[in-house]
Amino acid sequence: MGEVSNQGLQGGEFDLTQFYAVFFEEAGENLANMESLLIDIDIDAPSDEDLNAVFRVAHSIKGGAATFGFSDVTNLTHELETLLDRVRRHELTLNSSMVDVLLEAGDVVRAQLARHQGSTTDIPETSDLVGRIKLLASGAALEPRKAAPAAAPAPADLAPLPAGSRRLAVRVGPLADGKVADNLAELFRDIPSLGTIAPADGGNLDPGGFRRFVVETPSPDSELIELFSFHVAREQVFIEPYTAAAATVQVPASPAPAQDDGFGFFVDIAALPPRAAAETAAPATAATAAAPGPAAPAPARPAEAKQRADKSGAANLDSNTLRVSVERVDQLINLVGELVITQAMLTQQVKDLDPAQFRPLLGGVTDLERNTRHLQEAVMSIRMIPMSFVFNRFPRLIRDLAAKLDKKIELKMVGEATELDKGLIEKIIDPLTHLVRNSADHGLETAAKRLAAGKSETGTITLSASHQGGSILIEVRDDGAGLNRERILAKAAERGLPVRDDMTDAEVWALIWEAGFSTADTVSDVSGRGVGMDVVRRNIAALGGTAELDSVQGQGTRVCVRLPLTLAIMDGMSIGVGGETYILPLASVIESFQVEPGMIQTVGSNGRVVKVRDEYMPVVSLGEEFNVPQLASEESGKPPNEILVIIEAEGKRLAAIVDELLGQHQVVVKNLESNYRRVRDISGATILGDGHVALIIDVSSLVKRARH
Amino acid sequence: MGMMEQFAETAVKPSEYLTFRLGNEEYGIDILKVQEIRGYDAVTRIAGAPDFLKGVINLRGVIVPIVDLRLKFQLGEVRYDEFTVVVILNVAGRIVGAVVDSVSDVLELSAEQIRVAPEFNSLLDANFITGLGTVGSEERARMLILLDIEKLMTSAEMGIVAEEETLAAA
Repeated sequence: MGEVSNQGLQGGEFDLTQFYAVFFEEAGENLANMESLLIDIDIDAPSDEDLNAVFRVAHSIKGGAATFGFSDVTNLTHELETLLDRVRRHELTLNSSMVDVLLEAGDVVRAQLARHQGSTTDIPETSDLVGRIKLLASGAALEPRKAAPAAAPAPADLAPLPAGSRRLAVRVGPLADGKVADNLAELFRDIPSLGTIAPADGGNLDPGGFRRFVVETPSPDSELIELFSFHVAREQVFIEPYTAAAATVQVPASPAPAQDDGFGFFVDIAALPPRAAAETAAPATAATAAAPGPAAPAPARPAEAKQRADKSGAANLDSNTLRVSVERVDQLINLVGELVITQAMLTQQVKDLDPAQFRPLLGGVTDLERNTRHLQEAVMSIRMIPMSFVFNRFPRLIRDLAAKLDKKIELKMVGEATELDKGLIEKIIDPLTHLVRNSADHGLETAAKRLAAGKSETGTITLSASHQGGSILIEVRDDGAGLNRERILAKAAERGLPVRDDMTDAEVWALIWEAGFSTADTVSDVSGRGVGMDVVRRNIAALGGTAELDSVQGQGTRVCVRLPLTLAIMDGMSIGVGGETYILPLASVIESFQVEPGMIQTVGSNGRVVKVRDEYMPVVSLGEEFNVPQLASEESGKPPNEILVIIEAEGKRLAAIVDELLGQHQVVVKNLESNYRRVRDISGATILGDGHVALIIDVSSLVKRARH
Repeated sequence: MGMMEQFAETAVKPSEYLTFRLGNEEYGIDILKVQEIRGYDAVTRIAGAPDFLKGVINLRGVIVPIVDLRLKFQLGEVRYDEFTVVVILNVAGRIVGAVVDSVSDVLELSAEQIRVAPEFNSLLDANFITGLGTVGSEERARMLILLDIEKLMTSAEMGIVAEEETLAAA
């Protein structure tokens, strides 16, 4: 017994901070989810599913935040929840101002969470926002209360409401045993802050099998239902604003109109804008309250059924996914990488064995090879995330930009299911955001200009992702004005870049990628500071990718970003230099050929160039560059059998002298800097089939140094 | 004296040392910094590195730099064969290998066996020496040079850790 209580104590002192990360991650996902739901929602006819989903998001963030004591988050999400709850119960009708406020609130919550994660960003003042949410939430909620006294004054024996409380009529049923409902009264005894409850029916079931209560509470309906659901089923609880009629009318056969619960009941008022609704509330309520409501309960039931189905669907999804830390996955990938190396070693060892004599062994090694490859693919796929992870943030961005720029923009997304390594996904977000902003700001014209140009009023930005061989192709396309050749040339000349009038379009477009280049007439806070495209291209190059731009005046602009599928595995070409082996990224290798006498010419005393297809490029001997010791055979005066490999980085080429080309294969990229420091011209290391380490050449650094 | 107090006393002092030889000298390092001991094989040279940095090896999938302490301190006969020993160290969150002549022993030293090293000029900066230990019986006493291997391996003169990192650590 002592042990048990001891454990309990430890549990109580448990440090919650270790769960913070999970909460932040979940909350982040929830917010993103809410945002996309809100953007996709059909304001005129929101589906119950969507409304419930948005509500659940707010609810779960609030729950988590409360657990960890983030009261600012809790307070804000609480207000959100109140508003959303009324909307999903159809007590209020969704309108675009609500969506705006909800989106804004989502941003604020995100900022608050970032703050709790140690970010130093300023938190926007929330009182105004909270005020607006409350206003929206109360817009229609107030009327029934105002209207109630007009229809029938509240019985005198009810005390005035405490501040912040609401008086509600709660119906529970149909119940087989009325006593079950008495448990609800106990809840209020156990939780003093919940308010008070009083039976309105003397403790007896009405003929329909319902129990009725009058509840005074500061808590939102959702919380009450949540609590009540300990004792009675959610769908047996009906909460509505208290009116004397609801409390006192004894219904002989069919429920009174006011008791047909909130679903669809106040729709007529709430469809009006909140303020207008408030003004016209009194007469309208009287009218709708008098209207017979037998139809109302009917649609309410399917809605609830759907909600339940939806919930169970979400639960299924949860149990089918597993949240695992990236470190564990990476560990797995490393281990599989080891296995691949061991397997390659085994294969090499047995390849000379006599097939007749060692048939079972060789068969086993072949099986091992196949299984290892499958295992590697499967493990690598764990790190793969669909592009929708990146794309999903753009509808919101476009919505905001469209409002800010006063343009009509439609966003099309294609191939969101295309998968990309998690590490790359995270790093591609910023460059892509930049490109999308550019398209919206510079690419697309205003509605008026578009109409004048004979285009549809709404501009389209298309984001697409697709696999092409071992890489992924991401395209950002707009049907805007396209790049303006003259303006780019003028701007480039102004900036002192070498330009000629007879440059091809492709050459002109390439100027866009130069540092500090922007042709926007004005610097907006969306884009146009000219710190753009060169950074985009650099970031993409750092990921081992390329970016290309294409544009047709009057028809639009297209930027293609090509990325390797993963950073962890690379297609490499292994080359022999002296007795050493190095790896060149295959993507940077253009061509290779045997060195013929007289091919390489000198410039000055030590500069060497070679002419390849009308282009002179510098020649670098990798052996000299990496101080590779001379092989004995070379010292003996045997003519070296040299090969030139043309490599390219950032559009610049270089001819590298190597001794031999050993082959092309996929290499697992290992970080050299985790245990050692950065080495010049080396980007990483890999482990060869024989277990040796080979260094991977950093082509862009090599090219940059050779050309300066 | 209770059991707990005894445990506490032994646990507090890192008094177990792995001893190894460099030429005629005997060194001791904190055993807790030693991950494993293995043979010397297949080192991949790194261009531009100092001569004592032999290169990097593949230690079960991890790329580990190898430092030859004999070259660093110009001690002993530098030979690489099946008897060459590499001590794999775990220092400052990094894995580094150190080539030594031979590994001799794991010794426990009490506080009274350790003396402060005097000031002197040597290739080995006195900053990296935590003390001089005496082991063995009276007539056959040996001196152990006790190294702060973590400080040594992460120092700028070793050049294993990038300079900005050493500055940050200092």
